[in-house]
Amino acid sequence: MARYIGKRLIYMLITLALIATFTFFLMKILPGSPVASADKLSPEQRAIVEARYGLDKPLPVQYFDYMFGLAQGDLGISINQFKGANVTDVIQSRMGPSAQIGFQGMLLGTFLGILLGMIAALRQNTWVDYSSTLVAIIGISIPSFVFASMLQYFFALKLEWFPVALWKDGFMSSVLPSIALAMFPLATAARFIRTEMIEVLGSDYITLARAKGASGTEIAFKHAFRNALIPLITVLGPMAVGILTGSLVVEQIFAIPGIGEQFVKSIMVNDFSIIMGTTIFFSVFLIVVILIVDILYGIIDPRIRLSGGKS
Amino acid sequence: MTQNLEKLPKGSFERITVSPEQAERISKPSVSFWQDAWYRLRKNKGAIVSLVLFALIVIMSFLGPAISPYEPNAQTITHANLPPKIPVIENLGVFDGVGTLGGKEVDLYELKKVEVNYWFGTDGLGRDMFSRVWKGTQVSLFIAFVAAAIDMIIGVIYGGISGYFGGRVDDIMQRIVEILTGIPNLVVVILFILIMDPGILAIIIALTITGWTGMSRVVRGQVLKYKSQEFVLAARTLGASDSRIIWKHLMPNVLGIIIINTMFTIPSAIFFEAFLSFIGLGLQAPDASLGTLINDGYKLIQYQPHILAIPAIVLSLIMIAFNLIGDGLRDALDPKMKD
Repeated sequence: MARYIGKRLIYMLITLALIATFTFFLMKILPGSPVASADKLSPEQRAIVEARYGLDKPLPVQYFDYMFGLAQGDLGISINQFKGANVTDVIQSRMGPSAQIGFQGMLLGTFLGILLGMIAALRQNTWVDYSSTLVAIIGISIPSFVFASMLQYFFALKLEWFPVALWKDGFMSSVLPSIALAMFPLATAARFIRTEMIEVLGSDYITLARAKGASGTEIAFKHAFRNALIPLITVLGPMAVGILTGSLVVEQIFAIPGIGEQFVKSIMVNDFSIIMGTTIFFSVFLIVVILIVDILYGIIDPRIRLSGGKS
Repeated sequence: MTQNLEKLPKGSFERITVSPEQAERISKPSVSFWQDAWYRLRKNKGAIVSLVLFALIVIMSFLGPAISPYEPNAQTITHANLPPKIPVIENLGVFDGVGTLGGKEVDLYELKKVEVNYWFGTDGLGRDMFSRVWKGTQVSLFIAFVAAAIDMIIGVIYGGISGYFGGRVDDIMQRIVEILTGIPNLVVVILFILIMDPGILAIIIALTITGWTGMSRVVRGQVLKYKSQEFVLAARTLGASDSRIIWKHLMPNVLGIIIINTMFTIPSAIFFEAFLSFIGLGLQAPDASLGTLINDGYKLIQYQPHILAIPAIVLSLIMIAFNLIGDGLRDALDPKMKD
């Protein structure tokens, strides 16, 4: 186990170093200077600005400065959007709303998905099963931005139940974005739990439980559900990716001051240091989540032999 | 009992002699793997309906821009922001050209003195949505199919080599894949789009740059599984070359899973293309894909919901159809692998 975790940590560091190196050189070869309206400045002014951001040093020095800073959690300085603000601070100040809607969406989606998947498995091949499968297929198929704009149109613009956008009404502002983000985990969990439950319900120990006279609900919850739930951990990684991808557009649609919205805005105004900083932040987040998920799975289910990682 | 048997008249039984040829005869026509798969797929209603729906969408994506009297990029400013109007159906109260103006429901076609009909309405620049939506569908499908095909080719070759030759080659190739899959897809796609000029080519390259790793892993696993089986050993003993073993013996076995995997790559490519267009990294005007149309429509959601709704519906239908076809194919081609 310790060897496995060590191996995974080394891979994680290589991957991160690769991403960081790539983003650094990307920043260098992108057209245009990161110094805003550089063309209007005189050479002297330009030199002063570049010296301030360390752009006058030779490339290898800049690279090592950057990597060294990264190792200490310093993502650089925003040059044209926030006038010298630290990228780390910008990301930190926007983490709250993103974390809230992401967490709520994940919780809501997983809970409803488990419920839906369980009902479908217990009523296999009835209309209940078919309609829950349909919901799952729709949830996987409809892109989050289409779903989010539908929610916004019907529940905010037409029915006026929730605020249309912005982050001003506390919890009420977070309801629609959370629902929009919940669709993907909901569909994933429902599909997954359904197949797992059906498989578990067909296994020998369920037949034994039935033979010794356990009631239907007891079998469903005590025996089948518990065992079906464990493998759900494996899809937590893809779910986190889904939530993160979704948050970019959902925050944009509901004008939520989160990381995703900032990221999209930075793309539009070419604020490279924010783009790169956020990219690295996203990478770290996802890679760490996937690592934790894999380790957790190994701990919870001892049958999984970790030597080769998951299949 | 025995007595009764003895009482039976002699002639009531007749001995049948089965000739050896008769016993070996195959009474029903033999069903190939693909016929069997098609038979199973045919029984899956959802998949068949999706197949028909998808075929219709593909046909419309080529026919649509042709049968519409307007060019996808032709602007007629006086005809801007018209809701959909279709003759005959307009009598049913839908697609009748009625839209809201200043809070009131009015027939905008009468108001703006427009004599012609726009089946899907027009956008903010007076461009015909009907031809734009189908043209956009064409572009979206093109990007998805090309990306999926490239993923498939690279993935199959890479995974095939890695699995077939094994050993040190496999080790090195797998380490590379492990690092590549560690990088989140979203991050790669966005970074690549940033360094290239936006356009169809950039999106295809961004989607395929790491997209093939999934396919390569699946193919490698399958090749590893089959290459150690007896029929491959037999072929090798008989002196078959590597390429003959790969093409004649391994490929037919791996083909099913390659098809299934590609069927799931296509909707994810469609999604990523639309997603990139929505966050402003997609195609640039006047080129349009379903994603850019949705992005344009979103800006007018409050007043002209049809501009968003129509491309969104087409996109969602394609995605649903593809997922159902993929599910159906998976069950049909590999009944063991029902996930």
